Amino acid sequence: MKTKTLSKTLVGSVIVGGLLATAVADAFAQAKEQFIGLPSYRVGAYAAGGSGVFGGWIDYMAMINERDGGVGGVKLTWEECETEYNNARGVECYERLKKKGSTGNSVFQPVSTGITYSVLDKVVADKIPMVTIGYGRTDAADGRVFPWVFPMITTYWSQATTMVKYIGSKEGGIDKLKGKKIVYLYHDSAFGKEGLSVLEKQSQKHGFSFVPLPVAHPGNEQQSQWLKIRQEKPDWVILWGWGVMNPTALKAAAKTGYPREKMVGVWWSGAEEDAIPAGDASKGFTAAGFNVAGPNYPVIKAIQDKVYKQNKGNMEDKSRIGSVYYNRGVVHGIITVEAIRTAQGKYGKRPLSGEEMRWGFEHIDIDAKRLKELGAEGFMPNLKITCADHEGSGLVKYQQWDGKQWKIVSDWIEPDREMVRGMIEESAAKYAKEKGITPRDCSKEG
Amino acid sequence: MLYREAGQFKTSYAADQQIFPIRQDRIGILIILAIAFFAVPMLFSEYWLKAILIPFLIFSLAALGLNILTGYAGQLSLGSAAFMAVGAFASYNFMLRVDGMPILLAFIGGGLAAAAVGIAFGLPSLRIKGFYLAVATLAAQFFIVWLLTKVGWFSNYSSSGVITAQDMEILGYRFVTPEAKYLLVLAIVVVLALLAKNMVRSSVGRAWMAVRDMDVAAEVIGIRIMHTKLLAFAVSSFYCGVAGALYAFAYIGTVEPEGFSLDLSFKILFMIIIGGVGSISGAFLGAAFIVLLPIALDVIVQQWLAGVLPPSVSSNLQLIVFGGLIIFFLIVEPHGLARLWQIGKEKLRLWPFPH
Amino acid sequence: MQFFIEVLLGGLLSGVMYSFVALGFVLIYKASGVFNFAQGAMVFAAALTFVGFQEMGLPFPAALLAAFAVMVVLGIVTERVVLRPLVNQPPITLFMATIGLTYVIEGLAQGVWGANVRGLELGIEDVPVQWLMDSTGIGVSTFDLFGAGVAALLVTLLALFFQYTRIGRALRAVADDHQAALSIGIPLQTIWRIVWAVAGFVALVAGLIWGARNGVSFSLTFTALKALPVLILGGFTSIPGAIVGGLIIGSTEKLAEVYLGEYVGGGIDSWFPYVMALAFLLVRPEGLFGEKHIDRV
Repeated sequence: MKTKTLSKTLVGSVIVGGLLATAVADAFAQAKEQFIGLPSYRVGAYAAGGSGVFGGWIDYMAMINERDGGVGGVKLTWEECETEYNNARGVECYERLKKKGSTGNSVFQPVSTGITYSVLDKVVADKIPMVTIGYGRTDAADGRVFPWVFPMITTYWSQATTMVKYIGSKEGGIDKLKGKKIVYLYHDSAFGKEGLSVLEKQSQKHGFSFVPLPVAHPGNEQQSQWLKIRQEKPDWVILWGWGVMNPTALKAAAKTGYPREKMVGVWWSGAEEDAIPAGDASKGFTAAGFNVAGPNYPVIKAIQDKVYKQNKGNMEDKSRIGSVYYNRGVVHGIITVEAIRTAQGKYGKRPLSGEEMRWGFEHIDIDAKRLKELGAEGFMPNLKITCADHEGSGLVKYQQWDGKQWKIVSDWIEPDREMVRGMIEESAAKYAKEKGITPRDCSKEG
Repeated sequence: MLYREAGQFKTSYAADQQIFPIRQDRIGILIILAIAFFAVPMLFSEYWLKAILIPFLIFSLAALGLNILTGYAGQLSLGSAAFMAVGAFASYNFMLRVDGMPILLAFIGGGLAAAAVGIAFGLPSLRIKGFYLAVATLAAQFFIVWLLTKVGWFSNYSSSGVITAQDMEILGYRFVTPEAKYLLVLAIVVVLALLAKNMVRSSVGRAWMAVRDMDVAAEVIGIRIMHTKLLAFAVSSFYCGVAGALYAFAYIGTVEPEGFSLDLSFKILFMIIIGGVGSISGAFLGAAFIVLLPIALDVIVQQWLAGVLPPSVSSNLQLIVFGGLIIFFLIVEPHGLARLWQIGKEKLRLWPFPH
Repeated sequence: MQFFIEVLLGGLLSGVMYSFVALGFVLIYKASGVFNFAQGAMVFAAALTFVGFQEMGLPFPAALLAAFAVMVVLGIVTERVVLRPLVNQPPITLFMATIGLTYVIEGLAQGVWGANVRGLELGIEDVPVQWLMDSTGIGVSTFDLFGAGVAALLVTLLALFFQYTRIGRALRAVADDHQAALSIGIPLQTIWRIVWAVAGFVALVAGLIWGARNGVSFSLTFTALKALPVLILGGFTSIPGAIVGGLIIGSTEKLAEVYLGEYVGGGIDSWFPYVMALAFLLVRPEGLFGEKHIDRV
């Protein structure tokens, strides 16, 4: 019986394999193109985020092709692969995309922490840089242990420390936090637990009391948690939620009479998709972000001019252009393109391999002047990556929902670099020991 | 003509009781095994080995486990993914905490741990039946994932609760290349599949089937219900546990408890329903179907429809076609793909003379 | 004590929310023996369709009617395309078919209306009742009370429908014994179509209530997971069981999370209802109001 089973499978595989082979051959025929594989997700529970981020990213690359004829004369090409936010599908997409284009996939950005973990070892073996902007493995910011992984702009740990700083500033100074009580309402998963240890340390450092309250996935019922919050009477609530957990928390806060002005959210709870479903209950809620919302930036205008005016845009719902997720996708695009540009400066204006791209990412330096040229002043923070530090500035901005849209209410806030960097190095060293990795010596890197 | 058992006489008990009593089947399976062990690793690309064949084999093993429980012993379970999680985390901890632990022993340990948990969650099956039991096994699904997230010890106090599987090494050889990993997984799956094949035609398997068909009647003819049902849970969970360990060690590498979600449990259940309930080959056919179909759909959509349809429509179309095909298969062949093969076999016997 | 009452009340009222979804399961299981896993997807599709029509400019009642019409069509198509060809198949095959149906409905709903997350306003505020808050300090949401009222109305309607209409009586006959019902000339397929349409209506009500609370997003499909323990506790075939089961699950879940949660690290409401239902089943294997099943050899 088993015999035939396998034989059938094989016949099937040969057919599908043939299809794939022709597809790969097609891709090889084209030169002077830089291929970027996009492991997107547009169905299921995560579709709202996925369609926004990947839409913005694709639109930015289309704009670069349209306006500048690509980067240094090299056209950008891309192909999507549906992951459904599923780890196994993500691995398949990674493998499928990695050999495409004349030089293979230049960068893998899964926009999913689960898939990040699933391909962590594979990117090292295949020499493809992985960039995880605002998610993924925090301790990968130690570039000595994780040369191929770039948790850029800012990590969960940095973000948590900026939350404490932001709350401190609202209380009238970080020293005023002493004796205050902060509830940490988090999604009970790997994602939610990221904030635990660093906030614990922050509470010892600044002398506030810290009450963690987990919410079971998916978080569409929070009656008990909010009754507890009512009992605890905290001064602030940090909302570390995802998806439906965010509007549910906002509604439940309104229901128990907790002021939304005293709630600060993680950046995955600070999109229009989180605030709109809760209606009026979201008014006053503040959330972190490493990019801001709004279409009034030259870079977004350029996309509208060059792409949407010619009916080539990726978004079906044009009202979402300039939303938090969309702009986050544009940030993904900017960083990818800047890395290509940086690497071209060293290796010449031609399609680059994964290894060359890695050098590009490691030497990204987007300063204020460059941001202005990109038309992204105030849109995202400065970013300088080094061999040891794969995170960059770690800057976070806060936005408040005014009932209709997100309004910026803070400047870029510095994280507690000292504490975060210490924790990153400690955790990375533990990983290096477990895996038998010798950290590279950054003083010898060019 | 070719597939005919006429003239094959069994002259000893041993010949009568062998796994594949028909000579053509024996030759066939040897050829298949030869192809799987020698030709496949040489001919197939890294993409195929890493992204399709390894997960196919691992999911086949999990489906095999569930098929023992659901197909042979008749106990519906929606907690297979949780038992896989137990296997993965247990193997990781064996490797971490026992010095010089051989990897194969860690896999077996992972399987045994899953079996123990399986027995615990199988206890209600003595009282509860059908969908009530199915929903009850959801308790296992959610509780185990919760426990693995909550108790830091299981993930060696990693800040986010994920584990990174150690390297696989047997007798000084490190399994790093996709070919090596594939062969290791294949060897384990083949051994366990043959074992399962033997088990279901032994007295144990017959007791399972008796319980499946009518447990009261089975009890009347002297089958110990408790023993039989719990054994089915244990064996099934063992298979799922080993599959989970392979999932972590040979496939994904770094896993989080949430990866073993209810969705995965459903997928495994799909595999046995589409493949054929109560059939060893069905587990493989079903796994092939469920692993390959979405990928094939996505390749087709991205290759030919990417420019034509708006992206969200093409992605949703995949989902609709996937669901639709499942319904279609259930309607045209409710007994699964394995049944199609059986029909083919009957036809082959008569071919080319239909009478 | 006051806090205990508050938790208990809150739990009971959230239990009502679970019952909405459980009701849909019960209706279909009762009439056709199908464990319809697609109920969660139907809740999502119904709410999304309603909001979609509203966005197109339809007023509330028209959007409600249009969404109901869509659900009826969905029910009829399901009966024709999925259920009829699968008559007489083992329950597990039917169950898997409804999971396949779940994918189709999810894909259709998001494909047609887009993946965007939307808000839904019913005009009822989700804030504590003020006089109760002032006099006793117990916070009970207006919206929860509204939900409980709708549930009571819905169950009364269903009960009247089953008790006093011709279709209702035929439906009960079918639930009792398919063969016997067929032999006295009850059109089985018509009955199934009606039941799926009614289940679609219940899904719409559930979708509106849940959607108004949490927004209309894909996660509405997860409401099915909240309904399953209610279902096994109350019995697959009992409408009062769905309500009582919901009340029990809702209240114990909240009490457990508040009073036991902190000792084990919290977040236990993902599995506690299941374990609780499981423990209950060990005592009464057919659920609270389920029909006692006698095995004959």
